[in-house]
Amino acid sequence: MKRLPILVLLMASALFAAPPGAIAIHNARVIPVSGPAIAKGTVVLRNGLIEAVGADVTVPADAWVIEGDGLTVYPGLIDALSTFGLPDAAPAPSGGGARGATPQPATPAPAQPAAPPARGPEDRPFTTSWLKAADLVKPTDRRLESVRAEGYTTAVTFPNHGIFAGQGAIVNLAGETSGAMVVAEGAGQYLTFTTTPGFGGGFPNSLMGVLAYVRQVYLDADHYKQAKQFYAAHSRGTPRPEFDRALEGVLESSRVLLPATRRVEVDRLLRFANELHVEALLYGLPEGYRSADLLKNAAATALVSLKWPEKAKDSDPEEPDSIRVLEVRDHAPSTPAVLARSGVRFALYSGGIDRRADLFKAVKRAIDAGLAPEDALRAMTLTPAEIYGVADRLGSIEKGKIANLVVTKGDLFVDKTEVKYVFVDGVKFEPVEEPPPAKPGAPEASNPGENQ
Amino acid sequence: MKFACCRRSWASFWLAPLTSRRLVLLFATSLAAATPPIVIQNATILTVTKGTLNGSVLIRDGKIAEVGEKIMVPADAKVIDASGQFVMPGIIDCHSHIAADSINEGSVSVSSMVGIEDVLNPDDISIYRAVAGGVTTANILHGSANSIGGKCTVIKLRWGKDAHDMIFQGALPGIKFALGENPKRAGNPTGQRIGAGNVQGRYPATRMGVEDVIREAFNEAKVYQQSWKDYNEKIAQGEQPAAPRRDLKLEPLVEVLEGKRLVHAHCYRADEILMLLRVADDYGFKIRTLQHVLEGYKVAKEIAAHGAGASTFSDWWAYKLEAFDAIPYNAAIMTRKGVLVSLNSDSDELMRHLNDEAAKTMKYGGLNETEALSLVTINPAKQLMIDNRVGSIEVGKDADLTIFDKHPLSNYAKVEKVFIDGQLYFDRASDLADRPERETEKKKLMDKEKEEQKKNAPVGRGRPAA
Repeated sequence: MKRLPILVLLMASALFAAPPGAIAIHNARVIPVSGPAIAKGTVVLRNGLIEAVGADVTVPADAWVIEGDGLTVYPGLIDALSTFGLPDAAPAPSGGGARGATPQPATPAPAQPAAPPARGPEDRPFTTSWLKAADLVKPTDRRLESVRAEGYTTAVTFPNHGIFAGQGAIVNLAGETSGAMVVAEGAGQYLTFTTTPGFGGGFPNSLMGVLAYVRQVYLDADHYKQAKQFYAAHSRGTPRPEFDRALEGVLESSRVLLPATRRVEVDRLLRFANELHVEALLYGLPEGYRSADLLKNAAATALVSLKWPEKAKDSDPEEPDSIRVLEVRDHAPSTPAVLARSGVRFALYSGGIDRRADLFKAVKRAIDAGLAPEDALRAMTLTPAEIYGVADRLGSIEKGKIANLVVTKGDLFVDKTEVKYVFVDGVKFEPVEEPPPAKPGAPEASNPGENQ
Repeated sequence: MKFACCRRSWASFWLAPLTSRRLVLLFATSLAAATPPIVIQNATILTVTKGTLNGSVLIRDGKIAEVGEKIMVPADAKVIDASGQFVMPGIIDCHSHIAADSINEGSVSVSSMVGIEDVLNPDDISIYRAVAGGVTTANILHGSANSIGGKCTVIKLRWGKDAHDMIFQGALPGIKFALGENPKRAGNPTGQRIGAGNVQGRYPATRMGVEDVIREAFNEAKVYQQSWKDYNEKIAQGEQPAAPRRDLKLEPLVEVLEGKRLVHAHCYRADEILMLLRVADDYGFKIRTLQHVLEGYKVAKEIAAHGAGASTFSDWWAYKLEAFDAIPYNAAIMTRKGVLVSLNSDSDELMRHLNDEAAKTMKYGGLNETEALSLVTINPAKQLMIDNRVGSIEVGKDADLTIFDKHPLSNYAKVEKVFIDGQLYFDRASDLADRPERETEKKKLMDKEKEEQKKNAPVGRGRPAA
């Protein structure tokens, strides 16, 4: 009996190979997000969890101590819509060019040119609803180091190829194994409005075709569910319903993520989700600043991309953009501020930005457009945790939560601020300030919400 | 993507002192009932169905409340003096492809599962420009790539409203059919045989095939219709059968069979027109309108006998082989043979001067003024079965009115004001007055962006920090 605790300790140390004992960040400014800032406080991490936080916390005898003078401790940032952790989503082969198509597969594509063109919804075009990010995530994604340097410790990551692309997972952005990264699965089903180019590529080749397809799939899923229930009750004497993995994947998904760039799309997709009786998260939202009334009335949640729209690099100088296009580019960064003022729940996501300076600049633009810095922080920590139902584990510095932290010298989202340490599951990382620059001419990684 | 640049110009007519965009939008979305009555005075009123008179129109609660030579002006009414000007019913375009984010689901020969309503785009600047041409209602059709295309939606051009608020509530839904070159060529764009080269061919490739596709689709629809009838009968008898799978492709076709959805069929040649009428007769449904129907003059009697309407061009043809045997007398001849005829645009440009198109039928075919105006007002309204609401100036109808400075059948006529549901959606004077302000606004945005670009030049990616 006496040996059992030793055994448990041994097992524990094998599982959590990183720091033995505890880490204490002592006398630092602590921003827990869930409560008021602590001017001089201590955070104790043990076994990958936050053991204690407060102004008068005693540093445990066995703890490694980080002197926190001049440092600020924030909860680790959560990328509310991401492909981080999915290595296959990182490199972007050029080409494609199908209107609205996601240019590169994060996951095996269902309708490659080799496959015969889909003749209708029955052929389930561009559908991999059964794919799960939790099965696909890998600690070898080369982007993890640079996104940790941005302060991200967690991403809600999704397969991103196809109409029904697959199911997301909440993953920590470090880990010895794939399994160790996964915090929770079932983040929802990620949809893009992918179409075939031209008329010869199969169904669907228009936006209305995609919408009709999604609608038919939901009707089919409903019918399938009933048929399966009926069969379960009357197996003898009933022909069995044909197994349909596409519908299984849809039925497993408790919510859908839908791309909404323009106000008309916000309007359209809120109505659509309502018609389908699914919980929807709208993502993208550069025109969120003029869509707040719609989102508010529908009590909807928005995922706002920090990749603000920019003038196309190859735009024709002789052909100036219309006033509306100019207005969208100018006003887009005011979206978070407008949503905050209107009481719309929103989270910010990186849109694939994987450099600290670029990310901070993007957040700074939102702050300059009227977003309170604490609202910006919340939209990148506790709010995404709440949206995905993991606020009991992530999103703030509270006792018992997962030890994901960002420690900075200076205020977060200020250009000169240095990210000193990042903790993921209690494991300390010291970010390299300059991640390796992308190869010249290499296409940028495509990310959710970017392609609409 | 096209975007609006002058969406609020009309509103400033009423709210000149208010410059806040928010207030203007609030006003635009408020109920018509909250606005005071409007009297348009001293105008020549072309009612289309009740003759022409000099007098006034009273608009109340979005409806035409009174039309007459002398009417009582309510104390709280806003009075518009239209001396020397002409008021006509808002123009109705029976064939348009504006205001939608996609038009063709060209991948399949039967695409009745898709619909324009899903992709209406209220930000399309063509809406405003069409209003500026006097159009107030349009039938937004799916394209002509497929034998049986997608579902269509009738909208009012309520520029500034959200998509759903543009839909003409109460109008029957439609569906597009298409015959001839477009559906047989689609999917086979190189003009090669099906399967030739690396182009995936698509059935049909001939006019025979088009007919076959339509027949097969309705065969399927009838089976589907029966499966639901059987199901409902069993339910009525207290049984608990498993429900059939809902099929979004076949549901609209069942609606066609049951007369709940109007068929608008793109066609050119006399032979294919007769083919379609026979197919419809065989399956017991009606073709509501034949669209384009350039050879309609050859088979006008047969069209009239079926009860189909014809929606054609005044003088637009020869853009492809099947559109060669056309004459400018088409609309007039079909009218004289008892066909219900309208003129449509099929084009965001042509849409802006449909009154001109109507005028051409007076030169070619000798229609009178009222007949000519009917081609773009009451006739398309009848074709779309919304003539109880729009298409003429009559008491009780929607106050969709266009004021021209000259007679609308004159080439020199310009649209002065357009009302939809009694609300002003276009005002020429305020549009012109607002232009300098919009230019300044645009320049400001462009200059600001240039400044920002300098300031926010992306760090890194090989570039040394400034």
